[in-house]
Amino acid sequence: MNDEKKLLNVTIDGVELEVPAGTTILAAAERVGAVIPRYCYHPGLSAPAVCRMCLVEVEGAPKPLASCVQPVQDDMVVHTNTAQARKARRAAVEFLLMNHPLDCPICDAAGQCELQDYAFETGQLKTRYVEPKLVMGRDKVTPEIVYFADRCILCTRCVRFMDEIAKDPVLVVINRGQRGYIDTMTGELFENPFSINIVDVCPVGALVNEDFLFKARAWDLDQTASICPGCSQGCNVSLGTKEERIVRAKPRFNPEVNSYWMCDHGRKTVINWGAGARIEVPMARDGDELKPVDWPQALDALSEAIGNEPGRARAIVSAGASNESLFTLRRLMEELGSDGGVFRVPTGPEAELPGFPKLKLRRDRVPNAKGAELLGFQRSDAVFDSAQGHRGALFVLEDTLEGAPDGFGTNAELFVYIGTRLNPAARSADIVLPSTTFAEMAGTFTNFEGRVQRFEQALRGPGLARPWWLTGSALLERLGAGGRYRTAAEVFAALASEVSEYEGLNYEVLGLKGAGAPGSSAAATAG
Amino acid sequence: MAYPHAHPREVRLLSKYFGDEDAIGIEGWAERGGYVALEKALEMGPDEVTEVVKESGLRGRGGAGFPAGLKWSFMPKDGKRPNYLACNADESEPGTFKDREIMRWTPHQMIEGIIICSYAIRAQHAYIYIRGEMVDVVRVVNDAVVEAYRKGYLGENILGSGYDLELTVHLGAGAYIAGEETGLLSSLEGRRAEPKVKPPFPAQRGAFGMPTTVNNVETLAAVPHIVENGADWYRQWGTEKSPGTKLFSCCGHLQRPGNYEVSLDFNLKELVYDLCGGPPEGRQLRAVIPGGSSVPLMTVDEIDCDVSYEGIEAAGSLQGSGGLIAIDDSACLLRSIRKMVDFYAHESCGQCTNCREGTVWLANILRRIERGDGREEDLPLLLDVGANMAGRTICPLSDSAAVPVVSGIQKFEEEFVAHIKDGTCTAVR
Repeated sequence: MNDEKKLLNVTIDGVELEVPAGTTILAAAERVGAVIPRYCYHPGLSAPAVCRMCLVEVEGAPKPLASCVQPVQDDMVVHTNTAQARKARRAAVEFLLMNHPLDCPICDAAGQCELQDYAFETGQLKTRYVEPKLVMGRDKVTPEIVYFADRCILCTRCVRFMDEIAKDPVLVVINRGQRGYIDTMTGELFENPFSINIVDVCPVGALVNEDFLFKARAWDLDQTASICPGCSQGCNVSLGTKEERIVRAKPRFNPEVNSYWMCDHGRKTVINWGAGARIEVPMARDGDELKPVDWPQALDALSEAIGNEPGRARAIVSAGASNESLFTLRRLMEELGSDGGVFRVPTGPEAELPGFPKLKLRRDRVPNAKGAELLGFQRSDAVFDSAQGHRGALFVLEDTLEGAPDGFGTNAELFVYIGTRLNPAARSADIVLPSTTFAEMAGTFTNFEGRVQRFEQALRGPGLARPWWLTGSALLERLGAGGRYRTAAEVFAALASEVSEYEGLNYEVLGLKGAGAPGSSAAATAG
Repeated sequence: MAYPHAHPREVRLLSKYFGDEDAIGIEGWAERGGYVALEKALEMGPDEVTEVVKESGLRGRGGAGFPAGLKWSFMPKDGKRPNYLACNADESEPGTFKDREIMRWTPHQMIEGIIICSYAIRAQHAYIYIRGEMVDVVRVVNDAVVEAYRKGYLGENILGSGYDLELTVHLGAGAYIAGEETGLLSSLEGRRAEPKVKPPFPAQRGAFGMPTTVNNVETLAAVPHIVENGADWYRQWGTEKSPGTKLFSCCGHLQRPGNYEVSLDFNLKELVYDLCGGPPEGRQLRAVIPGGSSVPLMTVDEIDCDVSYEGIEAAGSLQGSGGLIAIDDSACLLRSIRKMVDFYAHESCGQCTNCREGTVWLANILRRIERGDGREEDLPLLLDVGANMAGRTICPLSDSAAVPVVSGIQKFEEEFVAHIKDGTCTAVR
């Protein structure tokens, strides 16, 4: 219909603007910076207009209108912050707090709770409700999600997520009126690969993830923009970290990749990534023993070994390593004469999010298989075969070497292990260099469709662990094989000038939303 | 069998055959002039039928009083999507029992109205949404629908006109809010009976997302009479703005409770005192609720008005559904109001914050006052909570719950004050 494209004039809090027909008052208000409080409205879901928080005054309308559903009409004059609008908002908050347990001190959502925010904003220190409160208790809805019925404001975001996005309408409001609560129809636990999104959409602390329950206060968490390493989708996430640990991952909005959502597998992968005993210091072989050394000693040993011309280089790399680390290894291998490298890809069943079909839990359960491929590494189901009997230089970058055959790497003239964990097979390396996980450095991954996305450093690496692109660059400089790169951005710039698929890209162009997905020129999708 | 309490001052248009068991079946109904209007309608064009209903000034009898013909004219005529008619037979408003009687005694009167309306709005499928608790009525209506199919008034090519109509009887599962038109449509679709935001209005997006007209049983039952006899004939009753007749379901403290059909210019006080016989011997009426529990209470001084939509509104209340509840001086008014609010708290669907929480809050305050623990600040509090509930929600249930409290305090403040100050009641026991 042509009507859809028509532009309408609207005045919001004295600011005139033009919006396309069909725009809601709430969306129009956001364009002029007027944030209208809301609970039931979520930008990724339908709007039922039930919380009655987003009421605004419209000139000529007999009563306040729900801005989340009310479309703008031509020459509409809207006031979002008049006495009437504020009274309506105060009333909604007062009603919501009537039976609310006010258990913020022990509530997971405290500090990130929209109810708390607006209760402060409307400034109601004392309630006028003196009658007994309704007490409903708590129950689980999935094996890991706990539902605190008393805190629930029945905004139904969770119900609508399961219905509209997961297309698995298991959640319903049971009973009606004030006796209403959220549950499955049968009262049994449900399971869905995207279930934890209902915790994210909950505007209060009613739905909480047991994995995070009582672990941290929201305000104690540092937030870092990152990319989920759980599969090749590359969901944009925000890492919540506290005391050098990742305590949770939440989806970060990116309309091209994951919208507001991510899968449960990804969240668990993020939290467990890099867990366990870590390599904290560089090590060099001294006879039968690997001895801890410092970085200058380690780089001395390595440049000496390379100076002894160990022969052509082969590598086993991890598809969880960043483009920058992979590129640095490629350059080093080219110095020695490269025989190529391989990587393996653990797989698992695919799971689609039907309401946002761009997002799938992909079969490839690594974040950077595409990136490794574009840098010339080969995907292989038998990575150890290529190293078998190799007599030159052998590099292992961040592959755990789990499942490596006995005597792995012992034939190589030089065996360098760069990684985070020292599995038995890595103990036969001549030189061990501790590297960092994706959370401990900045870098990029290239997702299944070729979209390059940046992640930022959230944690310090343990001990002397350093990103491989950093130590590798230093080594290459010693070998007289190129400039010194102090930042991941500089490495990526060098990479982009060499690899045609990355042409025109740099960290600024990538921003925090990534770029370079097929069908769009690199710069056009920069965000 | 004589229908109880027939009164000579009634104008018995829709209720003429109440109590006449022979009028229930299709043969008996035909003998009484049934389905003549349908034949006439099918010879007219759909728009012509709509026009007659528009001219008659017939207004919705479910409570809102929206002009029926105008509502019909909103339905799309392009035939791109199927149009539907939903006959609202949920009749959930407390104190209202007129639709029940129309269906029980004259089901074909309603069915004929449904067919004519469906024809006028170009619907090929109509639904009767009946309150599931009315088991006996459901039986009668089901039988009547079967009869109408057998006679060829429903189904394909009705009376050779080329017009097809299916009619489905759908039973509600017991929710007050299923009587609100968008709540009814949600329930009809198999969902929780939760009202939806308007716009879009049902005429744009109604049942199953298709254009739908929702009309009350009494509205539709009046249609055959109007089509058969013309708009001017119908306008001989009532007022300019409220033509025709209306059934009032009168209950409470009355000597002769029951359904009374009167011209819409009839005097409300006479309806209460003459037709219904006033309160029982030795008692005085205190309050009259003229249109179901959702409309403001009236004092006895206020009821000297005519029963038209505008007449009752000018007197300080609303005609609503025509469910008249009389309360005399033997009743504790606070308790009566509290029970009404309890009803709304029980029936709130719980979608909207203000209604879900406000209804219970009001009820809890009233219960505390009733118990003798009232505080002086409770009256302004009740009024403010009521103000925060009115006009703030998707549907009017929230407003309805606040209405008896707010109008009760405004008009019978002494009752509340007596409870709060002295712990006593003004009721004469």
